[in-house]
Amino acid sequence: MKPPAFDYLRAESVSDVLEGLAQQGGDARVLAGGQSLMAMLNMRLAKPKLLIDIMRLKELRKIERQKDAVVIGAGVRQADLLAWPDLAEALPLVALALPWVGHVQTRSRGTICGSLAHADPSAEMPLTLVALGGEVLLRSAKRRRRVAAKDFFAGMMLTARSDDELIEGISLPVTRGSRFAFREVARRHGDFAIVACAAMKIPTGVRLAVGGVADVPTARDWPRLEGTALDDALNAFAYELGARDDVHATARYRRDLVRMIGRDLIGEVLQ
Amino acid sequence: MSRLKADQRHAVRFSLNGKPVEGEAEPRMLLSDFLRHQLGATGTHVGCEHGVCGACTIVVDGMLTRSCLTLAAQVDGCELKTVEGLAPSADRLGVLQQAFRRNHALQCGFCTAGILMSLDHYLAKNSAPTEAEIRDLLSGHICRCTGYTPIIQAALEAAAQLASSKKETSDA
Amino acid sequence: MVQAAVQSANSVDQGGDRPWVGRSIERIEDAALLSGRGRFIDDLGVLPGTLHATILRSPHAHADIVSIDTEAAKRLPGVAAVLTGEDVKAVTTTLVVGVKAPVECWPIAIDRVRYVGEPVAVVVATDRARAEDAAELINVEYRPRGAVVDPLGAIAPGAPVLHDGFPGNLASERAFRYGDSEKAFAEAPHRFSIDIRYPRNSCTPIETYGVVASHDAGEDAYEVLANFQGPFSIHTVIARALKVPGNRLRLRTPPDSGGSFGVKQGVFPYIVLIAAAARVTGKPVKWIEDRLEHLTASVSATNRATTLSAAVAADGKILALDWDQVEDCGAHLRAPEPATLYRMHGNLTGAYDIRHVKIRNRVVVTNKTPTGLNRGFGGPQVYFALERLVQRIAIGLGLDPLDVIKRNLIDAGAFPYRTATGALLDSGNYQGAVARAVEQGRLAELKAKRDEARAQGRLYGIGFTAVVEPSVSNMGYITTVLTAAERRKAGPKNGAQATATVGLDPVGSVTVHVASVPQGQGHRTVLSQVVADVFGLQPRDIRVNTEIDTAKDAWSIASGNYASRFAAAVAGTAKIAAQRVAGRLARIAAGQLNVEAADIVFAKGFVASKHNPENRIAFARVAALSHWSPGSLPDDAGQTIRETVFWTPPELTPPDEDDRINSSLCHGFIFDFCGVEIDRTTLETRIDRYVTMHDCGTILHPGMVNGQIRGGFAQALGAALYEEYAYADDGSFLTGTLADYLLPTTTEVPEPEIIHMETPSPFTPLGAKGVGEGNCMSTPVCLANAVADALGVADITLPLVPARLAELVRGAEPPPPAGGATAAPVREGDRRLRGEGEASVKGAPEQVWAMLLDPATLQSVIPGCQSVDKITDTHFRADVTLGIGPVSGRYRADVELFDLDPPRAVTLRGGATGALGFGNAEGRITLAPDGSGGTKLTYSYDAAIGGKVASIGGRLLDGATRVIIGQFFTALARKAGGGGAEGGGFSLFAVLAKIASLFGGRR
Ligand SMILES: Cc1cc2nc3c(=O)[nH]c(=O)nc-3n(C[C@H](O)[C@H](O)[C@H](O)COP(=O)(O)OP(=O)(O)OC[C@H]3O[C@@H](n4cnc5c(N)ncnc54)[C@H](O)[C@@H]3O)c2cc1C
Ligand code: FES
Ligand code: FES
Repeated sequence: MKPPAFDYLRAESVSDVLEGLAQQGGDARVLAGGQSLMAMLNMRLAKPKLLIDIMRLKELRKIERQKDAVVIGAGVRQADLLAWPDLAEALPLVALALPWVGHVQTRSRGTICGSLAHADPSAEMPLTLVALGGEVLLRSAKRRRRVAAKDFFAGMMLTARSDDELIEGISLPVTRGSRFAFREVARRHGDFAIVACAAMKIPTGVRLAVGGVADVPTARDWPRLEGTALDDALNAFAYELGARDDVHATARYRRDLVRMIGRDLIGEVLQ
Repeated sequence: MSRLKADQRHAVRFSLNGKPVEGEAEPRMLLSDFLRHQLGATGTHVGCEHGVCGACTIVVDGMLTRSCLTLAAQVDGCELKTVEGLAPSADRLGVLQQAFRRNHALQCGFCTAGILMSLDHYLAKNSAPTEAEIRDLLSGHICRCTGYTPIIQAALEAAAQLASSKKETSDA
Repeated sequence: MVQAAVQSANSVDQGGDRPWVGRSIERIEDAALLSGRGRFIDDLGVLPGTLHATILRSPHAHADIVSIDTEAAKRLPGVAAVLTGEDVKAVTTTLVVGVKAPVECWPIAIDRVRYVGEPVAVVVATDRARAEDAAELINVEYRPRGAVVDPLGAIAPGAPVLHDGFPGNLASERAFRYGDSEKAFAEAPHRFSIDIRYPRNSCTPIETYGVVASHDAGEDAYEVLANFQGPFSIHTVIARALKVPGNRLRLRTPPDSGGSFGVKQGVFPYIVLIAAAARVTGKPVKWIEDRLEHLTASVSATNRATTLSAAVAADGKILALDWDQVEDCGAHLRAPEPATLYRMHGNLTGAYDIRHVKIRNRVVVTNKTPTGLNRGFGGPQVYFALERLVQRIAIGLGLDPLDVIKRNLIDAGAFPYRTATGALLDSGNYQGAVARAVEQGRLAELKAKRDEARAQGRLYGIGFTAVVEPSVSNMGYITTVLTAAERRKAGPKNGAQATATVGLDPVGSVTVHVASVPQGQGHRTVLSQVVADVFGLQPRDIRVNTEIDTAKDAWSIASGNYASRFAAAVAGTAKIAAQRVAGRLARIAAGQLNVEAADIVFAKGFVASKHNPENRIAFARVAALSHWSPGSLPDDAGQTIRETVFWTPPELTPPDEDDRINSSLCHGFIFDFCGVEIDRTTLETRIDRYVTMHDCGTILHPGMVNGQIRGGFAQALGAALYEEYAYADDGSFLTGTLADYLLPTTTEVPEPEIIHMETPSPFTPLGAKGVGEGNCMSTPVCLANAVADALGVADITLPLVPARLAELVRGAEPPPPAGGATAAPVREGDRRLRGEGEASVKGAPEQVWAMLLDPATLQSVIPGCQSVDKITDTHFRADVTLGIGPVSGRYRADVELFDLDPPRAVTLRGGATGALGFGNAEGRITLAPDGSGGTKLTYSYDAAIGGKVASIGGRLLDGATRVIIGQFFTALARKAGGGGAEGGGFSLFAVLAKIASLFGGRR
């Protein structure tokens, strides 16, 4: 379990990163916290020719409070965000979900943006981004663009990011006066979710976002539903997510959790 | 910006437990291997090389770090702390280490270095942890021998002892 | 809660005049281990020029090796050698197989692979990373065969056969009859029966295997350092395989080992392999197993299919048992298998007085990793069946399960008690232990809690287990697999030689050496206590060495760390050795002090007269005398420099003519009960309280005994709730990382309440019995019984994966809404992936058709294709790089076209192999004019992926496969001028088209 050979570039500026990506394209990988990438390299699941280490770039280590949003840079580690004093007030859903990401020892290095770039369908941060309707800020040597959460995740570990793009950061809306709930079921504490659900009150009713079931985290909005109407809506949603069996859970179990936890969380945020 | 070539060894320098160290590594060399096989600091163990078991956990620039998920090249210029740096002197154990010994919190001792590093790091910032907090912290480690309870107990005991000695010094 | 529980047992006890044995002193091992100065195998330096090995392993569960091309690998700079099966065969011979059959068992595949992870080649290079680089360049062509992973499936007619020498995959079958169970069954008022599938798991130490080997060509002798744990009977197996006499295989162990739990016995095939590599390269070779190798291919406990029936009286008394056990030993019957099945042979009646027993034992091979030692060794499999059955009997007869246990327990007055199958249970008071546990463990309180929880509609249950924990194996038990006649021919095997050496040096300090190969159990500390007591010294005065060097040290085939033999056998042997030395020292001292030898005591560092303690001489002075002045010793005293004792208990006799076998020397007793609750939403099993009562005879070190209990409990909890070495029907291994093979952590393991009782064993020098394995035997079934009680169900299968309980707890699932999405069919073990899609393409069918047959087009549409060679008009070979997001690997692909119906339809069949595994797929493509000059392309496929990606990426694999297949068709469509426009075409296809466009820049 030793990684394949690659060049290593410690970027000293964002343009170093963009240049490296432009030159090497799909054969380059951004190295952020390394908590996913390094494991894959050790297993030789990936064979990049170049790793671009972005973690010494101070300009990417910023958590910026804007008027209606919080912008989180690519260098912000999960632990940094958890320790951010404004977190619970500005991003209550993130405050609920982030402690479920791995363990203290992986959050201390892993980044928020790395988790989004990795796009594991069971990961909590992609789910949160989709639930909140945030945006991903992409930048290449040629251009900058913002991609809405729902368009960013394209499939299992696939995103709208092109090979030459750096995720510079993300922008998460500050949703005042809303209510949030989050719950996750995993085999063990700190494991990737079998099912993770986030619910929030929205002006038109309620939103439920589910991770771990479909290839991408998926959100659904409903008007205020109750009783069997809610049950039916959740049941239809559960089936539409296309759950599959694996060693840890069955498709049916996943649908059960979507139905049951979904109902509980919706109850909590609407009460 | 310097691009380190895959097939060459490059100098890596950092501070290990307060002392400057230096060695050479190809870009792909893992920090765990560098510590163990280049520097001879074999107290940090390797149990999985995919970030799950926690045996290789050390502290880099104040951050708990899986050394198996870190490249030696990444820590150039950083400050590292490993299990070798825990004891106040070669023939004495620190408070946490003593608590481990008293409570039989280790058997084979293979997982122990990583667990000590997590606890050392955590207790420095949290003087009165609850059992639940310690369990949450240590969920990032696997021990196959002890069934964990003695480890939790040692951690709580050490925390209490550290807190009271801190109190004494501040009282004085 | 934790605080109190731990303190009572662990608080360190350093003072007083009491003997050291029985006290929880601090371990002498710990200072080094706590400060990073342990000396584990990978911490030790190696000779300059030592090479490093990596092992290329089979991605297939069962396949013929058609060819192995190692040229490119050998050419890589830094590579010293690449050994295939043929090369290893040239310098070794097959490992012995535990049963009489014409089969071979090699440490590396010869012509054929039989499990995922089986070694196929060994690459030796200057460092591990380079060796791994080279391994990826080895090109192995396989011809897959059908695989079988289920033990009952393996012996069903028509199953693929693994070894011709094991017809029908049956490696051994024996029937046994003790008493008259036919009569008991015929006459009993009740009969109960249970079918069990005990799963595969392992105690997975955190340190993996390690071997450093060198070969001296001049003397044809091997030197090996390995974190092997014994039994050293395996030394003979290794030497034989290396074609040298035992004295030319010097096997050493490092000072520290990172846990074993039986598992490191399984390093031995790798000792042969790495030693062979050392011989071929003429250099020392080192191999440290990595975690992926360990999970996939190190060793596993056996899984077993059991049918157990009981004849039962109306009051719950079990009159007879009928066992039918089918043991799955994986792909090879490696030594010492089928020991897992026979280790418990004397104990098949558990803690119960049952006189009539019938047994049918079958050992089968399947396409899974070979099995070996694992903590509990045969116990979990047996007790799961027996104790589940006891609960079923209670339910069937409307009795309390605890009453049924009590009714059947062996009477306290009956010891030593000979079981029907031959074990001689040394001592115990089972009723007393149960009564104490019920009281101190507050069973009544737990029952009240259950009532209350149930009244609230919660799922709460209580489980019980009573088990006998055997320890100190009889080396002869395994011969029970042979018939009495075969045994007569083979010669007797029995006993359990333990050894200890006590030495005194010229300054009179004491050294102890044993061959118990500890893996973290603190043997050095306990031995220092034992010997300190004999000499009246402090434990810190005694230096204990537990490394073993077969060229220099005293050892026997029974040496090693297994069958919980340390406290019962080895510590006692050390005591005997120390006493022998002390006896001589007493004679010497008696002469010097002018007293009778009987008047001598050893205390506080002196040898003194009992009657007149002032009349004394320093221990060190007497102890050194043999070195400095042998002439001044009494004539008949002999030397006191070094004493080596071998001890074997007379009770361990070979199996008798009627196949009765005293399989172990001592027998502890465990009674467990627990309360669990099943969460109604997540269906997780939460342990509310777990009480475990142990009678392991005399306790030598309470802290360590409790440590063994807790550690075993945590592993057993893992086996019950989380851990399984899971295989798909096609033999793919599915739990190849620690994110898939789930070991419990701090947040999953509660503290068990431990209660003790001490009934010393009359058969061991210290009265101690083994304690290391008990909870691995009792806890899985105790938890299962509690869950069965909570859910009111009869069948419980481990591990208790929450998802598996969904049907049991909730019944049928709510159906999908009419007209909406439907559920994918349940796939169980079938891992084939099926799907379909369609797309609109601008070109006409003829145009699309031409493209399908054109290498240039294929090259551009096969995802990541570097080159396509046209073998025939309908057969192509390609080099492709396949990737999903960050994961990518190179593959060699073979694509053939069948059933051509130009320009309407064609079937593509292809396979791809690479370092990450293999895949094969078949797809049918139909082309139809869409009426406006274009083509409607529809496809359906059926694909499977195996190898490394299946075992380490299981969770994500299906989705990934779908994406890759989608990429192919999307690219094809795009090439043909289409491109699944928004709104047009099948939705999956539209999504894939979008994704594929993202790969635009990648080639
Ligand atoms: C034991 C363990 C348990 C874990 N459990 C969980 C869990 O429960 N939930 C969970 O969500 N995650 C879990 N993780 C994963 C962890 O959260 C990772 O930190 C995260 O997935 C990736 O973040 P990273 O910064 O470490 O990225 P890296 O590993 O450095 O990179 C991951 C991928 O993203 C790319 N990338 C990273 N940053 C950028 C960027 N700015 N722009 C473009 N590409 C980029 C990299 O090239 C790479 O392909 C776990 C990890 C471990 C080791
Ligand atoms: S070796 Fe690094 S976490 Fe296991
Ligand atoms: S002490 Fe052995 S793994 Fe923790």
